Amino acid sequence: MRALHRFNGGVHPPEHKGESTLRPIQQPPLPEKLVIPLHQHIGNSAKPLVEAGDTVLKGQMIGKAEGYVSGAIHAPTSGKILSVGHEAVPHPSGLKDLCIVLAPDGLESWTDLQPIDHLNMDPSTLRNRLRDAGVVGLGGAVFPSFIKLNPGAGKRIRTLVLNGAECEPYITCDDMLMRERAREIIEGAAIMRHMLHAEEVVIGIEDNKPQAISAMREAAGQSMEVVAVPTIYPGGGAKQLIRVLTGIEVPAGERSTDLGVQCFNVATAASVYRAIRHGEPVLSRIVTVTGNVKNPGNFEALIGTPMDHLVDQAGPLEGSDGAIMGGPMMGFDLPSTAVPVVKATNCIIVKSDALFPTKPQPMPCIRCARCAESCPAELQPQELYWFAKAGNFGKAQEYALFDCIECGCCTYVCPSHIPLVQFYRYAKSEIWAQEREKKAADLARIRHDLRQERIEREKREKAERLAQKSAQAKTAEHSQPEQK
Amino acid sequence: MNSPYLAKSPSVAQIMAKVLLALIPAVAAYVWFFGPAVLVTMALASATALALEAVMLKLRKKPVKPYLLDGSALLTAWLLALSIPPMGPWWLIVTGTAFAIVIAKHLYGGLGSNPFNPAMVGYAVLIISFPVQMTQWLAPLSIAQSHLDFMSQLGYMFFHALPQGAQLDAFTSATPLDTLKTQLHLDKPMAAIMSMPVYGAIGGTGGQWVAAAYLAGGLYLLQQKIISWHVPAAFIATIFIVSGTFHLIDPAHHASPWFELATGATMICAFFILTDPVTGPTTPRGKLVFASGAGFLTFAIRTYGGYPDGVAFAVLLMNICVPLIDAYTQPAVFGKKK
Ligand code: SF4
Ligand code: SF4
Repeated sequence: MRALHRFNGGVHPPEHKGESTLRPIQQPPLPEKLVIPLHQHIGNSAKPLVEAGDTVLKGQMIGKAEGYVSGAIHAPTSGKILSVGHEAVPHPSGLKDLCIVLAPDGLESWTDLQPIDHLNMDPSTLRNRLRDAGVVGLGGAVFPSFIKLNPGAGKRIRTLVLNGAECEPYITCDDMLMRERAREIIEGAAIMRHMLHAEEVVIGIEDNKPQAISAMREAAGQSMEVVAVPTIYPGGGAKQLIRVLTGIEVPAGERSTDLGVQCFNVATAASVYRAIRHGEPVLSRIVTVTGNVKNPGNFEALIGTPMDHLVDQAGPLEGSDGAIMGGPMMGFDLPSTAVPVVKATNCIIVKSDALFPTKPQPMPCIRCARCAESCPAELQPQELYWFAKAGNFGKAQEYALFDCIECGCCTYVCPSHIPLVQFYRYAKSEIWAQEREKKAADLARIRHDLRQERIEREKREKAERLAQKSAQAKTAEHSQPEQK
Repeated sequence: MNSPYLAKSPSVAQIMAKVLLALIPAVAAYVWFFGPAVLVTMALASATALALEAVMLKLRKKPVKPYLLDGSALLTAWLLALSIPPMGPWWLIVTGTAFAIVIAKHLYGGLGSNPFNPAMVGYAVLIISFPVQMTQWLAPLSIAQSHLDFMSQLGYMFFHALPQGAQLDAFTSATPLDTLKTQLHLDKPMAAIMSMPVYGAIGGTGGQWVAAAYLAGGLYLLQQKIISWHVPAAFIATIFIVSGTFHLIDPAHHASPWFELATGATMICAFFILTDPVTGPTTPRGKLVFASGAGFLTFAIRTYGGYPDGVAFAVLLMNICVPLIDAYTQPAVFGKKK
C-alpha cells in the first residue's frame, strides 16, 4: 500500500454526482451545424486551412498548430464549410473568436487514418503526432500535451500521475469514461510512460467512485497502481493530487517535471491512445450535462456541438436560468448556451435559483481565518483580500497572490460571503495589465531614446561637417604659416 | 454571479448566535449563585448597544438591518455586562456600552476594523473612571449577610436607593482576587486567606461554578469549530505554568495555579474574549503568541499591578501587537517550505 499524504484545507461541498451517472455515456444526434473555434488550447490559435465552400472529411485537419505552444483543430465530421469568421465562444468575457462553421453531411466519411505502433517510434515522432492530432489536457486546462511529454534533456521522470480524481461537484465525465473505457485510458498511459521513460504510473481516483476504481484496477492489472484517494475538494488539482500520491509539493512557477513527476488527466490519456494507436485526432469529448435538467447525464459530444443541442437532449426544466461551464467551484457563467462545446468543456450545469441561490450581501471581513484554514495553497486569503481591495498589488504579490490556484475554497467557507476569488482574479489581471503597460512603456522609451540619439548624432555630424567646412575655408583664406 | 457558486453556512450572524448560546450556561450559573441582577445588566447593556449600533450605522450610511442582525453588538454588550459588577448603577452600564460601541467599534471603522476588543475598552474606561462602583461586586447569595429582593436591586441600579436599614456592605463584597491582594498586603498567611468564605474549593464561592460554565460553553464552541484550540490552550497553559512556577517557589504569596484559572475573568477571557477574531491574529502560530502574551500579562497585572484583575488590560495590550504578530508569523505557502 502506498502511503498517502495530505494537503492543507480543502472543503466538502455537496457532490451531486449521482444524478448524472445513472445512464451510460450517450451519443447525441448529429447537430445541424458545428462551430469549431480555432483557439481551444493554451497558446497560439490554430491557423485555418479551409475556406467557406470547401468540403472536408471527418478527422481532416482544418486548423494548423501555429508556433510551439499550440494545437491542431480537426473536422469532427464530414461536411461542408459554411464560413470562417468570428462567432460566440464559451469564454467568461463573452467576446467572439475566430471559428470554422461546418454543416455536417451526415455521411461520416473519414479521412485516412494512420495508426502507429508506439513501441517502435522515438518520442519526438510521437510528440509531433500528438501535436497534429490536437491532443490537449482535457481536465480543463487544455495545455498542449506534447509539451508536457517532453521532459527535457537529462530530466528523469520517476512518477507519471494519472488524474481521475474529479473532485468538483456535479462533474462526472471522467468517472463515466473510466467506468466504460478504462482500457483506452490504461493504453494511453502506457504510451505516455514509454514517452517519458517513467518508472511508475500511479492513477489517483477519489474514493467516491468505486465503480471507476474497480474498472480501472481491472484494466491496469499489475502494470499500474490505481489508488483510491480521499474525497476532498480540490483533491483533483494537479498539485494537490501529486502531493497526495507522492508527497511532493510542486511550488508555484516550477514545472513538476523538474521534481520528477508529470500529471495528466485520464481523458487526455484516452485521447493519446486514440491519436497514436488509431491515428484519430481529438474530435469529441465527454461532457456532463446536469443541474436543472430532467435527464442529467454524459454525452460524447463532437467538438463544436452547440451546447443547447446537448441541453435539449437532457431536457431543461422549468426555472432554468443560465448555465455554468465547468463545476460550481471553478466554472463560469456562459454568456448563452448557443456557444459550442470545446475541448475544455467538461460539464454544463443548467442553473436555477433553487440549485444556486443568490448569496447574501457581503459583510466585512471578521478575520476569522476560516479562509486560511481551507486554503490548499496555504495562503492567507484574508490578507490577500485586504491588499487586493486596497489596490496594494505589490503587497499582494509579497503574500504570494500568484500561488493562488483560484479553487474557491476560501470563498466557499467565508461567513461574510465575500467573493474573495473575484478579488484575486481582478488583482492578477491588473498586475498583468500593469506589466504589459510597463513593457510597452519600456519599449517606447527605448525607441524614444534611440530616436533622440539618432537626432543628436545627426545634429552633431552636421555641426562637425559645418565646422570642417568652415575650417577648410579658413585654411584656404589664411596663409600657411599658422599650420606647422 | 461568479464561481464558486456554492457557499457554506454559517454566516457571521450564525457564528455570533452560537457564541451567545455558549454564554447561556454561565449566565444561568451567575443567576443561581448571585441572583438575577445580572439579567438586568445584560438587558440594559443589550438595549444600549443595539440602539447605539443602529444610530452609528445610520450615521455611517451602512445598511442597518444586516449589520444589526449580525449579533456582534449584542455579543459585545453581553461580554461587558458579564465583566462588570452585576448590580452596578444604570449609568455605569450605559457609559461602558457606549464607549464600547461608539468609540471602540464604530469610530475605528465598525465590524471587522476595530483593533481593540470593544467590550474590554468599555471595561477599561469604567475601571479607570469609576473604580469604586467597579469593585462593588455582589456577594454570593450563600454567604451574603442579607439579601436584597429583585425590586430593591432594581431600585438600587436605577435610583441609587436602598430599602430602609439596608447596608451596601451587607450584600456586596470584594472579588476573590481583590480579597487575596488586600489580605496578602496585610500579611495574612495564604492558608488563612483561602479559608475565608468568599473562597470555594478551587476559586471563588459561586464564581468557580460560573468559570466552569464558561469552560463548558467554550468546549461547545471548540466542538462546533467556532473557535480554534490555539487561543484558549495557550492562554490557560501560560497562566497555569507561570502561576504554578511562582506558587512552587513561594507558596506563601502566590495562590495555586488552579485558583488562577478558576477565578476572575480567566475562563471568559480564554474562550470568549481573546477568541474575538477581529481583534486577534489570524495565523495559528500568531494565535499562540498572542494568547501566551495575554496570559503572561494577566498574571503579571494580577500579581504586581494596581487592578484586581489583569485580563482587560492584558487583552488590550496584546491587541496592539496583533499586526506585528501576524506579520512575523506568516506560514510558508504550499511548495515553499524549508
Ligand atoms: S473567511 Fe471571510 S471573514 Fe473570515 S477571515 Fe477569511 S475573508 Fe475574512
Ligand atoms: S482561491 Fe486561492 S486563496 Fe482561495 S483557497 Fe483557493 S488557492 Fe487559497
